[in-house]
Amino acid sequence: MLETFGHLPVAWLLFAVLAAAGFVSFFAGRTEAVLVGRGASERLNSQPNYHGYFVAMATVGPAALILVLYGLFGESIVRAELANELPQRIRDLGSLELGQYLDRIAEHAARSDASSTGNALFDAASARYTDLLGLSRIIALVLALSAAALGFFFAKRRLSTQFRARARVEDGIKIMLFLCAAIAIATTIGIVASLFFEALRFFSRVPVLSFLFGTEWNAQTGADFGAIPLFFGTFMIAALAMLVAAPIGLLSAIYLSEYASPRFRGIVKPILELLAGIPTVVYGFFALQFVAPLVRNIATWINGLPVVPDGLLAAQPTSALAAGIVMGIMIIPFVSSLSDDVINAVPQTLRDGAYAIGATKSETVKQVVMPAALPGVIAALLLAVSRAIGETMIVVMAAGQRAQITPDPTADLTTITVQIVALLTGDTEFDSAKTLSAFALGFVLFIVTLVFNLIALRVVQKYREKYE
Amino acid sequence: MSSPAPPNASPQGSFITEEALKRLKTRHAAERRFKLYGQVAIGIAVVALVTLLISIFGQASSAFSRHVLTFDTTLEAAQVDPSGTRDPGAIERNVSGFNLLLQDELAAQFLPEDADRNLQRELYGMFTRLAVLPIARETADRPETVGTRQSFSVALADDIDLYLKGGVSNRTQVKLGAITPVSGSLEDTVVVEFGRDTAGADIANAIERFRAQGAGDNEPTALIQMGQTWFRATDITDTTASLAYVAGARTMPGADTQGAALVLEQGQENRTVTDRQLAWTMLLKDQGRIKSVLNTSLFTNSDSTYPELAGTAAAIVGSLLTMMVTALLAIPVGIFAAVYLEEFAPKNRMTDLIEVNINNLAAVPSIVFGLLGAAVFINFMGLPRSVPLVGGLVLGLLVLPTVIIASRAALKSVPPSIRDAALGVGASKTQSVFHHVLPLAAPGILTGAIIGMARAIGETAPLLLIGMVAFVAEVPDSPTDESTVLPVLIYKWSTGAERAWEPQTAAAIIVLLVFLVLMNLFAIILRRRFERRW
Repeated sequence: MLETFGHLPVAWLLFAVLAAAGFVSFFAGRTEAVLVGRGASERLNSQPNYHGYFVAMATVGPAALILVLYGLFGESIVRAELANELPQRIRDLGSLELGQYLDRIAEHAARSDASSTGNALFDAASARYTDLLGLSRIIALVLALSAAALGFFFAKRRLSTQFRARARVEDGIKIMLFLCAAIAIATTIGIVASLFFEALRFFSRVPVLSFLFGTEWNAQTGADFGAIPLFFGTFMIAALAMLVAAPIGLLSAIYLSEYASPRFRGIVKPILELLAGIPTVVYGFFALQFVAPLVRNIATWINGLPVVPDGLLAAQPTSALAAGIVMGIMIIPFVSSLSDDVINAVPQTLRDGAYAIGATKSETVKQVVMPAALPGVIAALLLAVSRAIGETMIVVMAAGQRAQITPDPTADLTTITVQIVALLTGDTEFDSAKTLSAFALGFVLFIVTLVFNLIALRVVQKYREKYE
Repeated sequence: MSSPAPPNASPQGSFITEEALKRLKTRHAAERRFKLYGQVAIGIAVVALVTLLISIFGQASSAFSRHVLTFDTTLEAAQVDPSGTRDPGAIERNVSGFNLLLQDELAAQFLPEDADRNLQRELYGMFTRLAVLPIARETADRPETVGTRQSFSVALADDIDLYLKGGVSNRTQVKLGAITPVSGSLEDTVVVEFGRDTAGADIANAIERFRAQGAGDNEPTALIQMGQTWFRATDITDTTASLAYVAGARTMPGADTQGAALVLEQGQENRTVTDRQLAWTMLLKDQGRIKSVLNTSLFTNSDSTYPELAGTAAAIVGSLLTMMVTALLAIPVGIFAAVYLEEFAPKNRMTDLIEVNINNLAAVPSIVFGLLGAAVFINFMGLPRSVPLVGGLVLGLLVLPTVIIASRAALKSVPPSIRDAALGVGASKTQSVFHHVLPLAAPGILTGAIIGMARAIGETAPLLLIGMVAFVAEVPDSPTDESTVLPVLIYKWSTGAERAWEPQTAAAIIVLLVFLVLMNLFAIILRRRFERRW
């Protein structure tokens, strides 16, 4: 029986059982309420349907909770238990290999027609795994069913003419809604906690200061964890991107909001926003295939000019400049649409005042509108910088891997995000300094972007209030 | 006060002085300049977008067609089904048997009896080993065809395909007119005489032109076709040339055979296609056996290590499964969270915190969500790597803020009078929300949800961190199967070393863009159709 359950496609079955329980309990509750109402002298406080909902809620809710918990943790408990029962020599393997061994067992056990592999220990382990899985499923099922039965029983006992079923049901709905909103908080807590604790584990091996101020980065070999070259690369590429995005984004926002006819605006604005809808991996491909070779050719050409010293520019096949330019193109719409909002929020009276004393349109923009919109524009730029710092695929594909500090934009630089991807792609062991360093980098990235975002959001909010 | 200043005002009081007019001129010039800056900025942005699209579509166009060779062969039972059981599985696995069929067919046509291994390898290199897999499958489906004569087509290797599409090397064709062999033999060199006076000079010019363009020690090659035989020119004068045999019919061409020269920028040591392969390809093409067909394998095949066999099928299914999980998480949770925040939440610090938190979460770099997935879902909860379930959960959390923000905006746009009216006739708060406000806000919410999904489908970085880069050759059929998704496939293909991956990658990008366009179109239609202005 254990084995049968171990092989059962249990998820759909459980779903069906829950749905059935929901229906049955709803109709049971409803019928009960109708009966209660018929016998009594006073009318039911709530519609019979609400009584039904209440009973269904009390029946399905706890059972579903148990099953969700089982779904999230059940298999890991089974694996931990199996790992405990394995002989010592396998348990000594180290977390990555042990995990892979358990993966193989799980995979083998999942095949119902699995034949013997000839390795007695492996076969025994996978048979045991199937049994344990079956056992855990039976336990979860029994728990869930008894929870459902208990819920059903108590809920049904509460039905009476005075019972405010609707209020109870609505309380339940409110709790569910709140839990949904809380998931957003839980996500943040999850991000902060996972990054923080993994980073802490990293800093127990590598001192914080040598991470933050070291100038040598060789994480793949696990030798040096000085992140300054990565910070430099990130900063450099973000700066190049802003050099492209800030003027283009701002000037087009000004043109669209102050000069363009509504028709022109109606056509061009969606086109600019198209730029924001293109996946970053597409930009990465564009940077790699089109912009990087272009940058390289231009750099080689400059190197070949007679006045230029030999080898002035590195002219690498992937370069900070290529990544920066394409990233700049990508964030143009962020700058332009945010600045556009801000510029539009400047009251028309300010403009009219400027026109009235004879200013031209451009003078009005430069001397009246922009100063008034400045905080908002700065916030827009900050958000764009934060976006540029956190952008991954473009730099992964077009910026290179070499951790170095050089002012030459045609050299290949690496960034925080590139290194996170490089360190965590493929099979990773969660307790090596190499993997943990990715979380430390992620933590730095998160904090930096968070600060930028918080400042920007606060400024935007303040600014909106000012003119509303 | 609309009348202009009087012309005869005192010099101090007039605006229309010489200097003022000059100043006005410069100010107007500044105005025009400023306006021009704006136009240039928009122009640059639009040009960037257009360049991006053109470069990708240009690259991709060649991936949507591919060259195949048709060949007739007898499916010898001894080779195709050595076990003799006609078991479909055994036939399908017997790829090398089918390969031999193809190779024998080619060898019979092109190779001499005593061909050495290198020559064989060169000829067989025009196809990858797995190119015959579709034939093996086809035969496995119809075992009764074993022993009969059948006609098949196989995909040419990526380099040959690229050559036929105009890649690999720059080239130019020169018509030579009649050519007459004078002396020599096929084993050694053949000396020929051109019928046309300038023929030799034309070839020499073409070589010279390529030599001037090319860099370094690269030496252009001139291949000369005479009838069914291909030669390489070793020495050219205006009217004569010494030729070395390359491939094709092993007979000395007759007098006055019509000839043509194919001049290539690179010598064969600098090319991925050798002179012989090229000659064989051209001969097959002259026989009409090489055709360009629509590359359906791009959509029906899964990933492969050979670009000409690789397709997006597994990745598309993986993307759909991932999106399913994402939608199941993000859309209901996002809508409920928005309903709570907009309709039920008391105005207190907790609510403020949730609000700030959601706005921040929307701006957190996506890779951080990948770290969250790796640390929490994989390391802490022990969920398997590389599966759509985990990918979908991570992307669900990633787009949750987007969905919440869009849903809140939609809920906000429903006027309070609706709520008041519902409450006025005795509905509870919950009833007013679920029976009236939510249905009215539904189009806006759905639009937001689709836009969130469109963001998720193009997301790559977080999925790299949870191991969705694994090589997946099987179409996944459940959210817990190992799989990959379209954007990750694009990333993987873009790192491929062979040139043939480039058009392939661009084609995959177009598949992804088509999905995005469809989703956005749907959102736009939804908005146009159901949007209500109060």
